[in-house]
Amino acid sequence: MKTKELLLDPVVKNNPIALQVLGICSALAVTTQVKQALIMGAAVCLVTGVSSMMVSLIRNQIPNSIRIIAQMTVIASAVIVADQVLKAFVYDVSKQMSVYIGLIITNCIVMGRTEGFAMKNKPLASFIDGVGNGLGYSAILFLVAIVRELLGSGKLLGVSILPLTTEGGWYMSNGLLLLPPSAFFIIGLIIWGLRTVKPEQVEQD
Amino acid sequence: MSESAGKTLTIAAILCVVCSVLVSSAVVVLKPRQLVNADLDFKKNILMSTGLYTPGSDINEIFKRVEPAVVDLETGEILDVDPTTFDESKVPSDNIPTKLDVAGIKKRARQQVVYFVKNDGVVELIVLHVAGKGLWSTMKGFLTLEADTTTVRGFQYYAHGETPGLGGEVDNPAWISQWKGKKVYDENFKPAIDVLKSKVPAGAPNAEHKIDGISGSTLTMNGVEGTFQFWLSDMGYGKFLEKFRAQNDVAQVEVSNEN
Repeated sequence: MKTKELLLDPVVKNNPIALQVLGICSALAVTTQVKQALIMGAAVCLVTGVSSMMVSLIRNQIPNSIRIIAQMTVIASAVIVADQVLKAFVYDVSKQMSVYIGLIITNCIVMGRTEGFAMKNKPLASFIDGVGNGLGYSAILFLVAIVRELLGSGKLLGVSILPLTTEGGWYMSNGLLLLPPSAFFIIGLIIWGLRTVKPEQVEQD
Repeated sequence: MSESAGKTLTIAAILCVVCSVLVSSAVVVLKPRQLVNADLDFKKNILMSTGLYTPGSDINEIFKRVEPAVVDLETGEILDVDPTTFDESKVPSDNIPTKLDVAGIKKRARQQVVYFVKNDGVVELIVLHVAGKGLWSTMKGFLTLEADTTTVRGFQYYAHGETPGLGGEVDNPAWISQWKGKKVYDENFKPAIDVLKSKVPAGAPNAEHKIDGISGSTLTMNGVEGTFQFWLSDMGYGKFLEKFRAQNDVAQVEVSNEN
């Protein structure tokens, strides 16, 4: 596969959240603000890319019987390093996101890519595939976060767009959008939209 | 891929060593930066409650005016303990009798750190750490009083898990701003803060003790009121503030709207 396909296919054509329905949990947790969603997306891109590359580098050495746990070790290390970097450089955001950065370890997308792609492909291709899937994940997070932050708190990236009634404006915020279940509805609508445009993504009964 | 037990173990061992070196070096290298961040964040939370902080200002510079001290809540005395190494979990704590536990926290450490904001050596503001149960979570924050120990200068929660949009509005700067100038004690230095269910009506008696409630968050508001009632009582900072008044010659606070 070409680099461009590896990188961009997972964004629309084969989106990990919309088509494979992986990584939903964190999509509920970190999408109340666009800033959080962007940082989470960047962290997942890097973690998926780097751990895919590292797994691919040692793919011929990993004994088959322990390959899953070996992949987990690599992923967990990458996630801890990412968490530490965030704590050191963007402390505020890292504090708001609390445990969710650490929980990237449990994000099925990361493991899905190392097991499904990196074990059979070269390091560079694996890295690009990992980043691509991270981008697909980020794209959905970004869309969900835009809807939730705009309609839930009248802001985008912390800048007031719809002045709230509680702050003397006219917009009565929708509290549901600040609670996790709302992300389900929005992701559902995104999947519906995507499958209407691309009917080949609809699963056959 | 060979599958002999020896090779499997060797590969597993090598992988673990490499990964652990990677992780530990990241932690060690980044630790100093993280500690600086955590320290700045803590100072920022204190300064937010004093109203001295505006985004972009130099936190360490402003914080030079702040002097921490460890206080014994039983006696109200300032202890000769280094506040920078003070650890709340290491000092004895008391169970709070259910009847007095209006903040819903069950236990409180007998010693607490308070922060004095000084101006030319004179105490201008006193910052107290407070905590109390809201609807879902323990809400933690800092309350800043003026040197009369009664007038609120500012108030800020730094950690809570209340419902966004309802109880979570305790973070709303518009709601917080009304605290400034309120009196936490009545003329007999009894805790007097009263959080109403809705807006304080114009011309209400004792309006200086009354706070607009946030509608839809009655239980969070009860928690806020309980937090103030508890921490300003004798179980909380009451005795310390009493000593402070005695030492600093704070006369009877003028209370307008007296009955």
